Amino acid sequence: MPYKSCADAKPPIPVSTTHNLGDLLKTTAPAGRSWLWLILLIPYIALLWLPFYNDTHPSFAGFPFFYWYQLLWVPLTSLLIYVVYRGLK
Amino acid sequence: MSDAIPVNPVAMAVFIFFFLLVTVVGFFAARWKRGDLTQLHEWGLGGRQFGVVISWFLVGGDFYTAYTVIAVPALVYSVGAYGFFALPYTIIVYPFVFAVMPKLWQIAHTKNHITAADYVQGEYGGKWFPGAVALTGIVATMPYIALQLVGMQVVIKGLGVTGEMPLIVAFVILAFYTYTSGLRAPAMIAFVKDIMIYIVVIAAVWLIPARLGGYAHVFDAADTYFKAKGGATGIILKPTQFTAYASLALGSALAAFMYPHTMTAVLSSSSAATVRKNAIFLPAYTLLLGLIALLGYMAIAAGIHVKSASDVVPTLFGTLFPSWFVGFAAAAIAISALVPAAIMSIGAANLFTRNLWRPIVSPNMSSSAEASTAKIVSLAVKFGALLFIVFLPTQYAIDLQLLGGVWILQIFPAIVFSLYTRRLNTPGLFLGWLVGIVLGTGMAISQGLKPVFALHLGDATYPLYIGLIALAANIVVTFVVSVVTPKRASVSA
Repeated sequence: MPYKSCADAKPPIPVSTTHNLGDLLKTTAPAGRSWLWLILLIPYIALLWLPFYNDTHPSFAGFPFFYWYQLLWVPLTSLLIYVVYRGLK
Repeated sequence: MSDAIPVNPVAMAVFIFFFLLVTVVGFFAARWKRGDLTQLHEWGLGGRQFGVVISWFLVGGDFYTAYTVIAVPALVYSVGAYGFFALPYTIIVYPFVFAVMPKLWQIAHTKNHITAADYVQGEYGGKWFPGAVALTGIVATMPYIALQLVGMQVVIKGLGVTGEMPLIVAFVILAFYTYTSGLRAPAMIAFVKDIMIYIVVIAAVWLIPARLGGYAHVFDAADTYFKAKGGATGIILKPTQFTAYASLALGSALAAFMYPHTMTAVLSSSSAATVRKNAIFLPAYTLLLGLIALLGYMAIAAGIHVKSASDVVPTLFGTLFPSWFVGFAAAAIAISALVPAAIMSIGAANLFTRNLWRPIVSPNMSSSAEASTAKIVSLAVKFGALLFIVFLPTQYAIDLQLLGGVWILQIFPAIVFSLYTRRLNTPGLFLGWLVGIVLGTGMAISQGLKPVFALHLGDATYPLYIGLIALAANIVVTFVVSVVTPKRASVSA
């Protein structure tokens, strides 16, 4: 995902506190790691394509597949975001 | 079920104890991480100093509302699997939060933006389009606040108390500590609320299935029930529901952090890294939500019959739990209404003050006048919601909240695309917004205020979330108009 340069940021509406432009520059991701962002698309594919999981079998601990599959994607999504977070650091 | 449940003194005492506790916390919060509460960024954003832990409780307490705890199990109880779209919705929202919100936080922090409309103003200048963005946020939030009251009303009724008085008292107290303490009040109360809700839900999903013969039996009972009920119900989806389920999940996820209350919670974080880390940890609440949704099936397995599906959770608890726990659970849900209602009213008040009142009526407002205006508006917003619920049918609030979701999604291009491209301009965004609002509202009305519209493409029919269809039209108009009109003029201070 390309980051827009912040150097052309527009002047702010009048404010009373001071602020730090240096903070803005820190968000600029290293260009070489931009493929990492694609990892974030995985949960969208896994959860928005219903034929993957609209089934009762195999069930797990009494939960039909439809339910445990979606619940499983909660920690998996956290993990994937963590992977991207570490990768971009 | 009769409307006159006898009041249980133990349940009531526990409920009142916790309610008084959060009231004390709410007023005490003014002194917490002390700041000059006559400044809007202190009152309305808590001084932008909340670290990972506070932010986690605050966003969690704000995003997973009392209405969610009541409405999601109610929908699952009524239609089954379809009601679970809240689960993929609250999962896929976090990759989005991780990728987008830290960028917005950074710009807002640097330029001292307090609202989403401030950001739009900072990028594009002018006052009318930022005003439209602000108005969208306010109008979308008002019915949402009203629904928090509905959530509270349901649990108070579940305790056997009739009449509107307890609701009015609870809301007046909320209004005053929000006025005094600003965002610090819900931030501090969120700790109490979230811990209580975790206790209630973990106890419920542990104990109830054990009483009902295990999860396999709960799902079997639901399966049998829906087969007898027929229609578009069942413990898995019908293939005709696939696109509706997926588009509701996606559309809701894209809309979620456009709302003023979620935006306010994000902007109150102490750094962009805080926002990023919380995108990793916040899904813990989604696990909780998934389990809450299952309460709908547990009610079916327990043979609960209710006149109104929204009574499912209080009735289930009232049937299966000892009275002290019923009181505790009711308090947890009622407090779950207070946290988002407070943040919603603060978010709406910030928008009104910064992006409507100041630019249009009082451009030379001092910063302390700004904060005192916002405080008064936060009171007005809450009393408006209260009057709405006391005097108008609940269905109006539900319908308006649905439309609010469609509307808030129409500010998505202005907020999110502006972070990544400089090709857009005010005429494009304004026209796109207008097309999205008009088209979305029209479609929703044509469907009798249902969220889904059956789109015909060739021979096939795809039911899709109206908000998403309207957003697609909005995006096309935004880009086309932005390309054919002159590049955005640079904003000069």
